[in-house]
Amino acid sequence: MTLADLTDFLIGPFVEFGFMRRALAGCLALSLSAPPLGVFLMLRRMSLMSEAMSHAILPGAAAGFLVAGLSLPAMTLGGLVAGLAVALAAGLVTRSTVLKEDASLAAFYLISLAGGVFLVSLRGSQVDLLHILFGTVLALDDDALTLLGGIASLTLVALALLYRPLVIECVDPLFLRTVSRAGGPVHSAFLALVVVNLVGGFQALGTLLAVGLMLLPAITARFWAEDLSGLIPVSMLVSIIASVTGLLVSYHAGIRLPTGPAIVLSAGALYLVSMLLGPRGGLIHRLVRRRHLEA
Amino acid sequence: MGARVSGIRFRGLTLGYDRHPAVHHLDGTIAPGDLLAVVGPNGAGKSTLLKGIVGEIRALDGTIEAGPRTGAIAYLPQAAEIDRSFPLSVLDLVSMGLWRPLGAWRSLARQRGRLLDALAAVGLTGFEDRPIGTLSGGQFQRALFARLILQDSAVILLDEPFTGIDERTTADLIALIRGWHGEGRSVVAALHDLGQVRAHFPLTLVLARRPIAWGPTAEVLTPPVLAQALRLSEAWDEAAAICRHATPHGTQSADEGGHDHGHGHGHGHEHAHGHASHDHHGHDHGPAPLPRRAAS
Repeated sequence: MTLADLTDFLIGPFVEFGFMRRALAGCLALSLSAPPLGVFLMLRRMSLMSEAMSHAILPGAAAGFLVAGLSLPAMTLGGLVAGLAVALAAGLVTRSTVLKEDASLAAFYLISLAGGVFLVSLRGSQVDLLHILFGTVLALDDDALTLLGGIASLTLVALALLYRPLVIECVDPLFLRTVSRAGGPVHSAFLALVVVNLVGGFQALGTLLAVGLMLLPAITARFWAEDLSGLIPVSMLVSIIASVTGLLVSYHAGIRLPTGPAIVLSAGALYLVSMLLGPRGGLIHRLVRRRHLEA
Repeated sequence: MGARVSGIRFRGLTLGYDRHPAVHHLDGTIAPGDLLAVVGPNGAGKSTLLKGIVGEIRALDGTIEAGPRTGAIAYLPQAAEIDRSFPLSVLDLVSMGLWRPLGAWRSLARQRGRLLDALAAVGLTGFEDRPIGTLSGGQFQRALFARLILQDSAVILLDEPFTGIDERTTADLIALIRGWHGEGRSVVAALHDLGQVRAHFPLTLVLARRPIAWGPTAEVLTPPVLAQALRLSEAWDEAAAICRHATPHGTQSADEGGHDHGHGHGHGHEHAHGHASHDHHGHDHGPAPLPRRAAS
């Protein structure tokens, strides 16, 4: 294989096809905003909670679909409302009943998933359902790209503003409570950012996989970086690599390989490799007993 | 350090969980500059009292009149609920102490000197870049004390700060506490080691859910008082009746008078905790009436 072949293989699809460029741009925007949130979710042991919230978006999007068909604004708005409502409701149930947060979230997400599929089937076809569940990254229009870009910008600015109280809230919430009242609002703002990003991710990857580019890169980064200043950029990088790889693989694959799952699978592959080889607590590093130091 | 404050006053304070009192009808004042030990058996309400002062739990009855805003109180909880697996350096942890002056956005860059000074003061020079997960228990407690130094609060609450800490670290940290005392800050520490209390704390509150005694340490830590504190039954009575003494804290005006300690820390403490009105109500409170040290 010559160099020209290689460039053709790697860059050709994007040069040749507008839909590939759009998909790339959308995924890059998502790669800048979702993984940093994933890092915080992982460090707060809230990974599964984001999973539950992503499913909660489905009935909202489905309701938007019922009202307006496959319309971006309606489904986005529906998803936002439903996601925020479930986040709030789960918090409320946790505070006011005996249920722990994971249990109440599991309850809400099962209800949401079943309700969402039910709603879509009321009017749509199997194809519509697949679109909502797995996204349409190769059919991103201008509006969707604007939305993804807007979400990425909003997320990065908001994270910069919230960074310090958010870190303190993660490490020592009691301390934050004693010095400031920011804890509650910061936590809510963080959850809102997660919902907004899941709604953005659902345009590209569908409600089932929207959380994929949020969590997998963050978890992967844990094997390469020690502290937050390393975790966040590494997670973004992993997400970008996974996006490009996923797009290329689904383009070149002989069989029809759906693009959303291909991207998430690429992220998954990066995770598995990192788990084996990663220098920070990766499996192989643990197995090799290195000679200990003097002090 | 912050402006002079008028101390923390308790009036008929009852704190508890699920309506069961853990601190029952506490009256008294922590004056500015007091160095107060709170002692008592497990379950006596020491931690609860500190949580109440800092605003973590709300009073079931009575009031806490805290001079400073809650943000001006520094609080070190027992075995702090800090996520030590979080990837954070010691310097980052300690820098949280500067929240009040810096808030969420002001730059930390110019504060590095202050942070390093605080680390030096607790004997952690050279540890600034270590992840917090790699510190030993004693080193971690030192780091939390460095954070307290930077909080620069008029009131400092310490909940069993030396549990599981070795002698040398304890001695270093006690020296810090005495330094704070010398600077005129109020320090309240829940402690178990009575020798430590006798050696370093001028004032002591003996708590056994209800206050047993509050005053100069030498007069308070006596065998009868301690014996009484130990008799506290730890079980809480599910069927306990509603406390008949609840609500009217207007009645304790006897308490009002003598609290203007000019307080140069000779212990002229006119803690007028007498309030004879408090013939401690007939219910499940065990036998003896309060042997409150009236004046010293």
